[in-house]
Amino acid sequence: MKQFLRVAWVVMRKDLTVEMRSREILYTTVFFAASCVLVFAFALVREGRPLEDASAGILWISIAFAGTLGLGRTFERERHTETLRALMLAPSDRPAIYVGKLLGILALMAIVEAVLVPMVGLLFDAPIFARPHWLAALLAAGTLGFASVGTLFAAMLVRARSRDVLLPVLLYPITIPVIIAGVRGTAALFQAAPDEPMARFWAALLVFFDVVFVTLSLWTFEPLMTE
Amino acid sequence: MSRAFVPLVIAGMLLFAAAPLVVAGAPFEQTMGLVQKIFYYHVPSAMLMFVSAFVCGIASAAYLFRRSAAADRVAVAAGELVVLFGLIVLVTGPLWARKAWGVWWEWDARLTSSLLLWMIFVAYLLVRRFGGPGSEKLAGAMALFGMANVPFVYVSVNYWRTLHPKTSVVMALEPGMRAAFWFCVAAFAILYVLLLTLRKRLEDRQAAVEQLYLATED
Repeated sequence: MKQFLRVAWVVMRKDLTVEMRSREILYTTVFFAASCVLVFAFALVREGRPLEDASAGILWISIAFAGTLGLGRTFERERHTETLRALMLAPSDRPAIYVGKLLGILALMAIVEAVLVPMVGLLFDAPIFARPHWLAALLAAGTLGFASVGTLFAAMLVRARSRDVLLPVLLYPITIPVIIAGVRGTAALFQAAPDEPMARFWAALLVFFDVVFVTLSLWTFEPLMTE
Repeated sequence: MSRAFVPLVIAGMLLFAAAPLVVAGAPFEQTMGLVQKIFYYHVPSAMLMFVSAFVCGIASAAYLFRRSAAADRVAVAAGELVVLFGLIVLVTGPLWARKAWGVWWEWDARLTSSLLLWMIFVAYLLVRRFGGPGSEKLAGAMALFGMANVPFVYVSVNYWRTLHPKTSVVMALEPGMRAAFWFCVAAFAILYVLLLTLRKRLEDRQAAVEQLYLATED
């Protein structure tokens, strides 16, 4: 177990170190997420006022889009330098490598969200501080659900043809429950009178989703990554 | 399987020849009248779409963990049938909805979750087709995750929106309708088994041909 966590930690630190040298993925993904918010604002704001519930939807769609982009870029880097094969050859647990990659993606998405949430709060007058712990819980559980499936699929797609378009094609239908739960839960918190039981229900659904899909991913990573 | 094949074909043909007569003979529904007859095709197709999704998911799991090539061929056949039966559901559904509810599409729980399940399996076929070499495993994971996703899609969409008659109507059917309904379910089930067998057989033959090509090259 200790060995497992150590490998996961090393893989994550490796990813973050490589990223911190250029900050390429971080800067581009954050900027992409911010432009997503603006594009949706032009579609959903009328006469200077956003449609009801639009802010929660815009937040989550931007997270999903930016997440997909980040996943694709992270694994493209591995493919470009042929390092994923080297990782796979390392004498360590395959699931530990998966967890390491997942932690790296989660760190990236957390930074993106740290920019997105205040931006949505500011631009759409969303009460992000009404129930901060519930908002944080929804974001954490939703991001984990999205990233757990995404990391597995992106890792598998490294070897596939047309991987850029196949990642969202595979990922979005599977993560629809995450988007629904995230949007409805966040919308419940952004109401004039925050609906806490509703947010709790959606957060519980997200946690349940996380448990099932993280387990499934750990379980299938080994057979999937074996050539 | 091959010995049961001919009797299945005959049974399937008989059932499908008789289906229009049985459906025509069933009593008319009071408020919807003739439109309700779509029910005899819509519901059995929907049932088989879900069954097929599970067949595909389980076969994919067997392929991933047991490395059984035969299971992968069953998964391809079942995956294509999910899309086929799903297409029947998604075409007959709106036709019925237009008459019964006055709109073609409604963002109702059952409709939305069927559409999502259908999309997962369209994505499954897309990966198989365009993923290049080694995409069988990727597709297998997609089918497995798709199957695991069914309850989540169901619960989330249900809370997100909830017009479609409950599934309990099937049990509360009038006797005349009930006979016609189960007759159609049987006909569709046999059709499903036939298509699955045929498609699996085609995959088997293709695998055999590849083997022969490899053998002659050596």
